[in-house]
Amino acid sequence: MNVMRNDLVGRHWPEGGHTRVPYWVYSDPEIYALEQERIFGGPSYSYVALECEIPNPGDYKRTQIGDRPVVITRDAEGQINAVVNRCAHRGVQFCQQHLGNTKEFICPYHQWAYDLKGNLLGVPLRRGFKKQGGMPDDFKLEDHGLRKLKVAVRNGVIFASFDMAMPSLEDYIGPNMLKYFDRVFDGRGLKVLGYSRQRIPSNWKLMFENIKDPYHASLMHVFLVSFGLFRMDQPSAVEMDATGMHSVLVNRRAEAPAAGNEATSEMRSFVNLKLQDPTLLQPKKEFPGDATVVMQTLWPNIIIQQQSNTLAMRQMVTQGPNAFDLMWTFFGYADDDEDMTTRRLRQANLMGPAGYVSADDSEVMQFSQVGIAPYPDDVAVIEMGGRETEDQPHTITEVALRAFYKHYRTVMGL
Amino acid sequence: MASLELQRQIEDFYAAYVETLDDGDLEKWPDFFVEDAIYKVIPRENYARNLPLATMRYESRNMLRDRVVTIQKTILHAPRYMRHMLSNIRIHRDEGGVLDVRANYLVLQTLVEQPTTVFSTGRYLDTVVRDGNGFLFKQRLVVFDSELVPNSLIYPL
Repeated sequence: MNVMRNDLVGRHWPEGGHTRVPYWVYSDPEIYALEQERIFGGPSYSYVALECEIPNPGDYKRTQIGDRPVVITRDAEGQINAVVNRCAHRGVQFCQQHLGNTKEFICPYHQWAYDLKGNLLGVPLRRGFKKQGGMPDDFKLEDHGLRKLKVAVRNGVIFASFDMAMPSLEDYIGPNMLKYFDRVFDGRGLKVLGYSRQRIPSNWKLMFENIKDPYHASLMHVFLVSFGLFRMDQPSAVEMDATGMHSVLVNRRAEAPAAGNEATSEMRSFVNLKLQDPTLLQPKKEFPGDATVVMQTLWPNIIIQQQSNTLAMRQMVTQGPNAFDLMWTFFGYADDDEDMTTRRLRQANLMGPAGYVSADDSEVMQFSQVGIAPYPDDVAVIEMGGRETEDQPHTITEVALRAFYKHYRTVMGL
Repeated sequence: MASLELQRQIEDFYAAYVETLDDGDLEKWPDFFVEDAIYKVIPRENYARNLPLATMRYESRNMLRDRVVTIQKTILHAPRYMRHMLSNIRIHRDEGGVLDVRANYLVLQTLVEQPTTVFSTGRYLDTVVRDGNGFLFKQRLVVFDSELVPNSLIYPL
């Protein structure tokens, strides 16, 4: 049950409901601690891996859900498991590699050994030595396995939850969001093209807000606007699930890029740019329908990026209230030809810590954090596109932010 | 083993590259490359696993020029100073005017009102060709160790 915790953390949401966001949500350590418990450790599915990262029995990947280190494994039977990266004995983090393959996990401290499902296989000196020491007679291996998480897999994407009573992943994502999820993850085999990792000095929620906010995309991202990759004058939409916790931004590439018009005159930063080497940006249609950008956010830790031919999972790992790590896994399909792989790699220049688009975001999020943190008692205003939280058939709106905070307040009891 | 004279010339070329970047003469940066040069900044984990994704992947001198223009005109970023330190510059191979050269680098970053911090460290894995009395990069792979980029990589390494 979600007890109202206002009094516990000594915070009260300001007047104006979900059209206002108090700045203390971005910097208060007690709010952050409550988020770990209620959001990342609570009833949610966090993205943890792609199946193609651990294709073989014995494969594992280490990752994090919020603050909590976990390991995702494929066991001898080929099943996927998620366990905490913490020995059941004295808490040592036993797995230190991003990816690997093993028959068992052995804690380096006292060599407790676990199988890939997290079951404790053995404890050295359990019966002591020469009738001295050893574990008590009633010590049972089966009582001391690694803490297990609930796992859900859909079309090659692995999610995990600390809440063993979670409904199905499909119910959690909901039918409308599932349609967009399945657009990219349509059952074809996936192939990792590589990783990119960055530490962004801002609260994790600002990243979600950024992707849920198409209002800024048409203004701040000069590169996107100038090359017609995301423009408010294109047919577009913001859609959500029934709760408002998940959302998508849908946009279409402008026909005549870089042509100034009535819309771009509102965009003060629009510049008439021409690439000297346009091979960087030569998108090829690959998905049904006419949307060329679909950015999906799934509560609480993942952004699924499809901008032209560049596909990536952007996983957020929290690092206290004032920073988070953005872990990018760029991927394509197992059946991509060399030409398509090259396109994806070239267009990846838009994304990541050096990206022509994404670097704008990581920089501005830092500006946000240093602007917000010293003023915890002031508030942000989110009224673009009205005060409601319904789907909207355009992108001149902050509706998905309102819906996000509506859900956030419910989960947090604020 | 490369001659002392060649080693000195290469070190001078490398120093000039660094000086150009650290002095903020961005427009001159592409001039250190041949027209069809490859310039990539690659996380060490991708390089080690043969994963093709690069943090920056430019496949011509014109793409480098495009990077310069976008830094100047489109990429929102906080002002900063960058400072490169080079060491272990070593010519591994010298065949038919094509040199394989490797070097270690350390790049420090200074943001407004902040102390200087380590931004990136790693290796240059280069293919250098002779150009008149000087040299040009045919390929420069910047393989960085850092597991996390401190926020954004704006300027080339």
